[in-house]
Amino acid sequence: MIKALTISQIYVLDQDEALDFYVGKLGFEVQTDMDFGPMRWLQISLPGDPGRSIVLEKPGGPMMSEETAAQVRELLTKGAIGGHLFFQTDDAHKTHAELKERGVELPEEPITQPYGIDFGFRDPFGNHLRVAQMLVPAES
Amino acid sequence: MSAGREDSNRRMLRARDVMDRDYAQPLDVPTLARVAHVSEAHFIRTFRATFGETPNRYLQRRRVERAMFLLRTSDRSVTDVCLDVGFTSLGTFSRVFAEVVGEPPSVYRRRGPLPAVPSCFVMAWLRPGAN
Repeated sequence: MIKALTISQIYVLDQDEALDFYVGKLGFEVQTDMDFGPMRWLQISLPGDPGRSIVLEKPGGPMMSEETAAQVRELLTKGAIGGHLFFQTDDAHKTHAELKERGVELPEEPITQPYGIDFGFRDPFGNHLRVAQMLVPAES
Repeated sequence: MSAGREDSNRRMLRARDVMDRDYAQPLDVPTLARVAHVSEAHFIRTFRATFGETPNRYLQRRRVERAMFLLRTSDRSVTDVCLDVGFTSLGTFSRVFAEVVGEPPSVYRRRGPLPAVPSCFVMAWLRPGAN
């Protein structure tokens, strides 16, 4: 049956700005950056976890009409498009400090939860990210 | 929709995130408008146009949601919960809570404990509806 989650997708307003954020600040690597005509396939993954990747997609034609793309951008920037990425770390406080040093806008400090220690923030476009130090780490 | 609208949405979202985080603090419109880099009048109007309710109402619902959570996951008194979530008057807290949830805090508490779910989803899905 279905075995593993390999590729997920989120919408971004600007793929270069997305690279600055996800690669330059969060430490992702570019797996594929391929231009085939109207669409730029931009796929990133974390070092040490190449089996799970994220496609950073810019809403627009010919995938969707300009009217629909505008609706997607509207929902994205309102934080309502549904882009959620949950990450795992060994040390939430250390990761929080490192991201802060790199200039990531972090609205909250690490919080102790029943399942571990975590903190949430957003990418420049409105997608919601969360980094957790889990009491019981997930296998990768 | 223009890039200006997207930028405006993102500013309003930033201010909303501050309410989600700092609900226990005495937040006011001037503070939130500064976060969004807009004037106070513009902030209230634009926030409402963006999210369908005023900043004040959103903050009330955030505080009530936190109170709902604490009532069902802690042994703190209703008065302590009221102060924990940023209300300064028990009378206002009880009135707003009952108006939003449909029953008073002490009655709501009897629903019992909640399961552990990532806090951002608890926050978003336990929040009582906007009217």
